[in-house]
Amino acid sequence: MSEKKTVSQAAEASRSEAALIPAVDVIEDASGIVLYADLPGVSKEKLSLQVEGDTLTIEGEVSIDVPEGMDASHVEVNLPRYRRSFTLSKELDTTKVSAELNHGVLKLHIPKVAQAQPQKIKVNVL
Amino acid sequence: MLYRHLFPRDIFAELDRLHREMQGSELYSSIRGLGRGGFPAMNVGGTPHSVEVYAFAPGIDPATIDVQLEKGVLTIAGERKSDLPERDEKVAVHIDERFSGRFRRVVSLPDDIDPESVEAKYRDGVLHVSIRRREASQPRRIQIQ
Repeated sequence: MSEKKTVSQAAEASRSEAALIPAVDVIEDASGIVLYADLPGVSKEKLSLQVEGDTLTIEGEVSIDVPEGMDASHVEVNLPRYRRSFTLSKELDTTKVSAELNHGVLKLHIPKVAQAQPQKIKVNVL
Repeated sequence: MLYRHLFPRDIFAELDRLHREMQGSELYSSIRGLGRGGFPAMNVGGTPHSVEVYAFAPGIDPATIDVQLEKGVLTIAGERKSDLPERDEKVAVHIDERFSGRFRRVVSLPDDIDPESVEAKYRDGVLHVSIRRREASQPRRIQIQ
């Protein structure tokens, strides 16, 4: 009875580039940055993470089971795609990013490069 | 603004929404304010055989989601724990946008649904509740004698 389709095929055809901006939490500690992003409806296969220069882009396509011939009567998630970009700084090590996707929540860990790990700086009082 | 979105959109989507809002197609008048957004965001649709409700509720243990159907009203309730750390002087929270806490959303369903045949699935953070319509109310072809 159901078939895998994106939220709105019409929206996809006419506005292929329009996207929703997912809500995120960004937390920094001594070892690096942890980013959580809400991407409900995005499976692992439809998630794309890209680092280009100093820009990190998260993009995901919503794919939910919609029965054949369904008419939407109320729509809040009205685009089939999420996208958001962040500018990274040079002390973050983009080669060691790790990602987990669990129940539609993406968790990214971006460690700091070794040299950028905290060092206690001694203050000399003259 | 009349219509607040849980997910803000990029500028092109926003312009498009304004255009449609000007044509009046996004005005909702439900007493429960279904058009106002909130957590979780919801899409509702129907086919001749069923009513389909989608709740975009990522990061929740499906066992803790409470879905109830009573007197033609579907209620989805639960709680989402915060992923933010405890207050700590070595940790900085730079962005804090994700919803946390208790939530409850209510959808009133059409009269012809069958409260005995409801199915709920949770996948990739989307709760999909499918409620069948009663057989008697499904469209039938009437033979002309």
